[in-house]
Amino acid sequence: MQFIEVKDLTVEFTRIAEDGTEVKGKRAIDGISFSVEKGSFVSVIGMNGSGKSTLAKCLNGLLLPSSGDVIVDGMNTKDESKLWDIRSRVGMVFQNPDNQIVSSIVEDDVAFGPENLGVPPAEIRKRVDSALKQVGMYEHRLKGAHMLSGGQKQRIAIAGAVAMRPECIVFDEPTAMLDPRGRASVMDIIRELNSEGITTILITHFMSEAAQADRIIVMNAGHVLSDSTPRELFADMDMINRAGLELPPVVELREKLGLPDSIMTVDDMIAELRKLCR
Amino acid sequence: MSIEVKDLRYVYSPGLPGETVALDGVSFEVHDGETIGIIGHTGSGKSTLLQHLNGLLKPASGDVYVDGQCITDGSVKLVEIRRKVGLVFQYPEYQLFEETVAKDVAFGPRNTGLSEEKIETRVKASLALVGLNYDEIGDSSPFELSGGQKRRVAIAGVIAMEPSVLILDEPTAGLDPSAHREILSMIELIREKMGIIIIFVSHNMADVAALSDRIIVMDGGKIAMEGTPQEVFSHEKELSAMGLGVPPVREIMTKITAALPEIESNALTADEAATDIKKVINIPKRDN
Amino acid sequence: MIRDITLGQYYPGESPIHRLDARTKIIATILYIIELFVVNNFWGFLIAAAALFAVIAVSRVPVKFIFRGLTAVFIIIAFTFIINLFMVDGRVLWHWRFLTITYEGVSRAFFMAVRLVLLIIGSSMMTLTTKPIELTDGLEKLFKPFSLIGLPSHEIALMMTIALRFIPTLMEETDKIIKAQEARGADFESGNLFQRAKSLIPILIPLFISSFRIAQDLALAMEARCYHGGSGRTRMNEIHFAKGDAVAAVLMVLFLAVIIASRYIPVLYK
Repeated sequence: MQFIEVKDLTVEFTRIAEDGTEVKGKRAIDGISFSVEKGSFVSVIGMNGSGKSTLAKCLNGLLLPSSGDVIVDGMNTKDESKLWDIRSRVGMVFQNPDNQIVSSIVEDDVAFGPENLGVPPAEIRKRVDSALKQVGMYEHRLKGAHMLSGGQKQRIAIAGAVAMRPECIVFDEPTAMLDPRGRASVMDIIRELNSEGITTILITHFMSEAAQADRIIVMNAGHVLSDSTPRELFADMDMINRAGLELPPVVELREKLGLPDSIMTVDDMIAELRKLCR
Repeated sequence: MSIEVKDLRYVYSPGLPGETVALDGVSFEVHDGETIGIIGHTGSGKSTLLQHLNGLLKPASGDVYVDGQCITDGSVKLVEIRRKVGLVFQYPEYQLFEETVAKDVAFGPRNTGLSEEKIETRVKASLALVGLNYDEIGDSSPFELSGGQKRRVAIAGVIAMEPSVLILDEPTAGLDPSAHREILSMIELIREKMGIIIIFVSHNMADVAALSDRIIVMDGGKIAMEGTPQEVFSHEKELSAMGLGVPPVREIMTKITAALPEIESNALTADEAATDIKKVINIPKRDN
Repeated sequence: MIRDITLGQYYPGESPIHRLDARTKIIATILYIIELFVVNNFWGFLIAAAALFAVIAVSRVPVKFIFRGLTAVFIIIAFTFIINLFMVDGRVLWHWRFLTITYEGVSRAFFMAVRLVLLIIGSSMMTLTTKPIELTDGLEKLFKPFSLIGLPSHEIALMMTIALRFIPTLMEETDKIIKAQEARGADFESGNLFQRAKSLIPILIPLFISSFRIAQDLALAMEARCYHGGSGRTRMNEIHFAKGDAVAAVLMVLFLAVIIASRYIPVLYK
């Protein structure tokens, strides 16, 4: 079943010129279509300015299409009466860990979403506790948010989305500002949430993270350049170069050695080298 | 030019409940023209250490010598030290404030009291060093540039002071792969053209391995390890206990050499790894 | 160092004071401040200080933590003390050139300093024992009646929540920007007033830009989490009056009576 359908989506920013008239700016997204299966894990990768963050904001109605449609679980994001319904189903985690935490105390922040949804207090308590346990931050629930590390803050932001009981979470470069430890812990949580059935959309520019998805959408200048499995993408050197992506280390070594495109993992490479040895 | 750090100790909130020892007996030396990579996870004391090297923080005990001159005993003017030791903070683009790129880059040299002509020469030269064209962007607002460009303008602002030591705190944090590559080649260019001491902090082990002559590993406010990239990254277990890794190529090669003992390699980059493998295995040319 | 400032911080705990309704604590604090100005002799301060220490003891907030907050405002206290010490006319105790200390001056200086210290500790007890969110919820509820005359109580409360949340963030940001500009040779300490004011520009502009960026990010994050104003919102911890609040109310009335009575205790000097 398709959970999100993006149909011919175009987003055009307008700016106000000096004489007060509206001027059409550049197209951040230029007529793209794709859909996301319920429960799947899709990553979106591309250079800065490729339109991937703009796309993320369209998926829960934070931005509305200039033309085309975004349908979430059968609801169009243009339908204003469905907006809160859509946002409660599609949670979102942003890049900067500091700028998305609303309350000073950890558990109060996690409660913010459910409070906005009008969930009864006892139920909020339950959701907050279970969300905090899920991201491994339960013992920090009474701490001040500013005392936490970047990775911990990001886990709180994830708990805040989880507490809304969404069916899908969009992660917009959640690890870009974290150190390796924080990055690994956030990726662990993302994979775990996906395995529990949450539809996951991960926007990133780390190839190693994108590779953990079922499917990678490559964006460039507002277009979808490719939409394939990681395996297919890593075999397509031409595509990787055109989109300005980094090579996964195994693929880089494969290219330096001139081994076949089918090699994706260290094990593949060992098998191939073994064959050549004999 | 040299830097000597002797038994440096620094304590946050001394005597208060939040007291934490950020640096605990840190000593090391950096020699002329060296590039030093500092690694360590968040809270290991890296940033605190960097801020001691240009006098932004004063140690509880211990000394820092820049070019044989002690900068911690209060005898040297701070402006003088800051001209010698350029420090680029994390996300330096957040410090931009002027109307134009040229004016922003000129801020540092102007503070040191140079003449207008000299300032302009420096602005042009430092923009060129970071790979930007003065004629193209000198008059545009720094806030209209892309993320990677903004960062390079901010770095140019420090280079324009013509420091003898350049310190960079996570210069590639938060950038996309192409902006990341541009910063790396910029660092290489600066090293080549200016020949100054470069000290940089990074979480990217591949970058650290590729750029550093020597690596300093910080853990719990102390220097846990020090040596060439080869030496440091041969301690995979100890590093992982500190929450640090090795370059991805080294990880791959560890697995490959374990499975195929005839290959011998302690490669840190893909090029080195390919050479080591090709020594043992003859790989046919690809047909496509 | 910025992180040493404990004023306005919350100290997590489970004490009876922590459990009181935020509204009770807000009213008690306002009352306490008024009472400090009702007091007219040292007996009154002695009683007020004893009451405050009783509250601190019950709250189990470490005294050291509380006094750490005082160090941040030490200069204000010292300034008040000195001004009063030299500025009050009366019986001369000590005289040197243009400086004169009088008996009344000493008395007045101590009087004002004690009042200020009690006032600061008293109000920081409220913030130390009340979670920011409860504090703002309490204010929102106390302000609720005024919404009839158009006072946006929910919005004011939310603004306070966000302000409390971002004070540490912006302080850190300021610290970072100052250091970054200092590293470029900026000098904030020399020159005349005009030059000094001008030297703040490299700090203020990046700080403004940072604040706008935070505001923009936060607004998006709040919208993504379905924030749409105060209507239809629920709270995880609904604040409500309990038995403890009734006890506190009785104690507050008793304390008020004692403080008023203290005005009539004969003073040892005069």
